[in-house]
Amino acid sequence: MTKNIIILLVSFLQIGLFSIGGGYATIPLIQEQVVDFHHWLTLQEFTDIITISQMTPGPLAVNTSTFVGIRIAGIFGAIAATLGCILSGFILSILLYRFFRKYKDIDSISDILKGLHSISVGLIAASASTIVLIAFFGSPLLNVKAVNFNITAIIVFIISLFSLRNYKMNPILIIILTGIIGLFFYQ
Amino acid sequence: MYVEENFIIMKSNKLKLYFSLFRIMFSISAFTFGGGYIVIPMMQKYFVNNLKLISEQELLDMAAISQSTPGAIAVNISVLVGYRIAGLIGAIICCIGTVLPPLLILSVISSCYSVFRDNRVISSILKGMEAGVAATIVDLVIDMSKGILDEKNWLLTLIVPASFFASFFLNINVVLIIIFCSFLCFVQTYLKSRKGGTRYD
Repeated sequence: MTKNIIILLVSFLQIGLFSIGGGYATIPLIQEQVVDFHHWLTLQEFTDIITISQMTPGPLAVNTSTFVGIRIAGIFGAIAATLGCILSGFILSILLYRFFRKYKDIDSISDILKGLHSISVGLIAASASTIVLIAFFGSPLLNVKAVNFNITAIIVFIISLFSLRNYKMNPILIIILTGIIGLFFYQ
Repeated sequence: MYVEENFIIMKSNKLKLYFSLFRIMFSISAFTFGGGYIVIPMMQKYFVNNLKLISEQELLDMAAISQSTPGAIAVNISVLVGYRIAGLIGAIICCIGTVLPPLLILSVISSCYSVFRDNRVISSILKGMEAGVAATIVDLVIDMSKGILDEKNWLLTLIVPASFFASFFLNINVVLIIIFCSFLCFVQTYLKSRKGGTRYD
């Protein structure tokens, strides 16, 4: 048991360290360690875990590591896997933040940070496009069919966006309300 | 100025500050459906608009840094918000607040996950939320793009559609995009300084 927990911690430390760009970048790494290398789970079990992780709140990478940890070594396994997954991000983001704060008066450093702002807007836009495609067409692929177009989703989307932009509504409230709407329209 | 004032008031009562940090991170994490970026508008709502503990610009710095370091973006950004507001202890508290909801929820679900997976009520709620999550993140992209346009720098403006295209259509690795664009920004600054010009912003 203890041995399993230590192996889990080490595997997820590697996963955490090499997953830049969040969520979906982490999944193939976890699959490699958990399914292909350690044979802890079958591919079917792993696919189920991804589905559940997407259905439950919280960061996808954290959900997946928590779930894999529970399946392999119970609650302590979950803690070990989660800790491994977030530790390198915790340390490196604080170090990078301190670095940028310390040298914020040097032009070339502060300009790199500004460049990172632009990149992050571009990447968030890419992720937003995927989310919009899933919401409207039920698939993240670009070759969507017009028949799959979801009218309810686009109406809810437009009303939500309008309330966010003009009334500065709380995003948590928007997500709860759209969940309730889904309950009535998609049953 | 108000950012600093609020900061001092909150600092005077540390326990209260730690507790509210934990509470906010816990509730944000409990409602993050649909990927890490959705936490950014939520942090903006609580920490920038309501509590005024950090400025808009600082949140953008944190978003950019959490994007460029390994791990889950939602965890990294909550760590940085905690670190900025209450140091290392704040970072640890925010981190725990962010990972605790999934840990609790999944511990309960893991014993009966096939029931949960095939439940029609849950899947219709989640289907409904997709449109709300999409609207929230599009709202964020509009806000952030406006911020970049205000910089009035052609390179910074051009990087936005370029990195979008590279990531969404070409599936180029994020690390490569970050290294390449950082290099471009560095070169631009270097060239400006060689010309003897002042800062362009």
